[in-house]
Amino acid sequence: MIALKNLRAGYPGRPVLEGVDLDFRPGEVLAVIGPNGCGKSTLLRAANGLLPRTGGDVLLDGIPLERLSARETAQKVAYLPQSRSVPNITAGRMVLHGRFPYLSYPRRYRREDHEMVKRTLAWVGASDLASRPLAELSGGQRQKVYLAMALAQDTETILMDEPTTYLDVGCQLEVMALARRLAEEGRAVVMVLHDLTLALRCAHRAALLHEGRVRQLGTPEELYRGEALEQVMGVTLGRVETAEGWRYFYR
Amino acid sequence: MNSLRTFSVGSKGRAGLIALLAGLLALSGVASLAFGAVSIPPGEVIAALLGRGSGTTASIVLYARLPRLCGCLLAGAALACAGVIIQGVLNNPLAAPNVIGVNSGAGLATALCCALAPGAVRWTPLAAFLGALVGVLLVLFIAERAGAARITLVLAGVAMSSMFGAGIDAVVTFVPDALSGYTDFRVGGVKNLSMARLAPAFWVILIALLIALSLSNELDLLLLGRETAQSLGLPAKWLRLALLMVAAALAGAAVSFAGLLGFVGLLVPHIMRRLLGEDSFPLLLSSALGGGLLLTVCDLASRLIFAPFELPLGVVLSLAGGPFFIWLLLKQRRGGGGL
Repeated sequence: MIALKNLRAGYPGRPVLEGVDLDFRPGEVLAVIGPNGCGKSTLLRAANGLLPRTGGDVLLDGIPLERLSARETAQKVAYLPQSRSVPNITAGRMVLHGRFPYLSYPRRYRREDHEMVKRTLAWVGASDLASRPLAELSGGQRQKVYLAMALAQDTETILMDEPTTYLDVGCQLEVMALARRLAEEGRAVVMVLHDLTLALRCAHRAALLHEGRVRQLGTPEELYRGEALEQVMGVTLGRVETAEGWRYFYR
Repeated sequence: MNSLRTFSVGSKGRAGLIALLAGLLALSGVASLAFGAVSIPPGEVIAALLGRGSGTTASIVLYARLPRLCGCLLAGAALACAGVIIQGVLNNPLAAPNVIGVNSGAGLATALCCALAPGAVRWTPLAAFLGALVGVLLVLFIAERAGAARITLVLAGVAMSSMFGAGIDAVVTFVPDALSGYTDFRVGGVKNLSMARLAPAFWVILIALLIALSLSNELDLLLLGRETAQSLGLPAKWLRLALLMVAAALAGAAVSFAGLLGFVGLLVPHIMRRLLGEDSFPLLLSSALGGGLLLTVCDLASRLIFAPFELPLGVVLSLAGGPFFIWLLLKQRRGGGGL
């Protein structure tokens, strides 16, 4: 499990996170929400060691992040950045790169790695895409391939930075359903999300960030009932109960 | 990479294409030894290669054309692979060694080396490597500073290229004998080579190519973007540096004997990427073969078009490479991909 203790991070001359305490619990989808520039992406990047901290601690299973090598960290945390370059390779090859942290020099992929690729592509429902060039896939298909890659990395924690951006509503819901399934398998899934209705509908817990601090942390129910969401985001939410649970909407 | 979004063939097709390239390379190699101002029948060429030839024809094959062929193969393979690496590491389809000042950095160092120590021919590959390294490190520094601004990188590279070029001109102005056949060096060519002169570059290129091939998975990861590569456990910063040093060794070694050959490092990786996709191992392998093939064919053409006169190799190459480069720009414009 990843635990952030009084985490501070930012860029030269511009502190972004100012003392964040947060746990990424296995078996749970945690949505990180908040206005633009509040530090959501910075939080994920600092939790993963991609961005140096300016203070506080990141503990991976109780071990401080700085004591782990890049490879050891990659065996514990997978990260899907917001924007990626799309190389002219096949989807299967892309997923195969998820096995990289388990190889040592001269890093040749093994039979078990190829089998893992097949399994993970099947798991996300994208087996038919394996031999297709990545550049030819739709946004939703590509997102599935990235998820399969994160899954092939076989980590306890998966961090996703705005995985639903640029996707149509159907694909957004599909990605969120996959995230729930990942959590059901005992993984900790942390997603930065812009769509509050989607976040409250799909996450087990949500952390509302504001000006570099966690303004409120709780279940969707608690966030909906609290006042912080309205104060920070400037919108009022409503909801209706359906057979599948609460559905939220902007008033 | 935001270059040509095209379909790549399957693994069987790739193996077939690489075998085809190897076959074409062998054919063009034999043709390169057989044709020129004097035509030599293939049987005599093979006899000369096996040490059974005699007389003038054997001398032409062994001492004039064979070093020339080896020069083409080495320079083509080295510059094309340097192009693959630099384009991959900088994630910039236009960042070929001749565009961003790596070749001219190596050229300046070679000129300086020849001016300061005219007898030390064997040190020119080392000097060229250091020159290329300075060029490549400057590019990396600018890339880090400029971030994702691809056009900035290319513009800075052009500026560096012309500065290094001016440096070469200055050296030649003060020490006119520094580069024998100065025009040939600037244009690039493989005339008047000997096997002894090629030997140091051969070892540098061989070792650098093997290292590049062994790091092909790492290069693949860098193509996914720096953050993704890092999150997969790759020490991206060091790997970028290591790979650029390999590219500098390749480009430097090639420039040390072949001069400032343009376009191989840009042209060949783009064609191969289009044919085979961006998996680095087959891309490096096919670019090495394709680079050698291109230079061998261009060299043959340079000898045959106006026989018995010869055009410099660099002239033929640029005449072929220029239109391709323009087509590339137009294609990217149409595809909506910004530089």
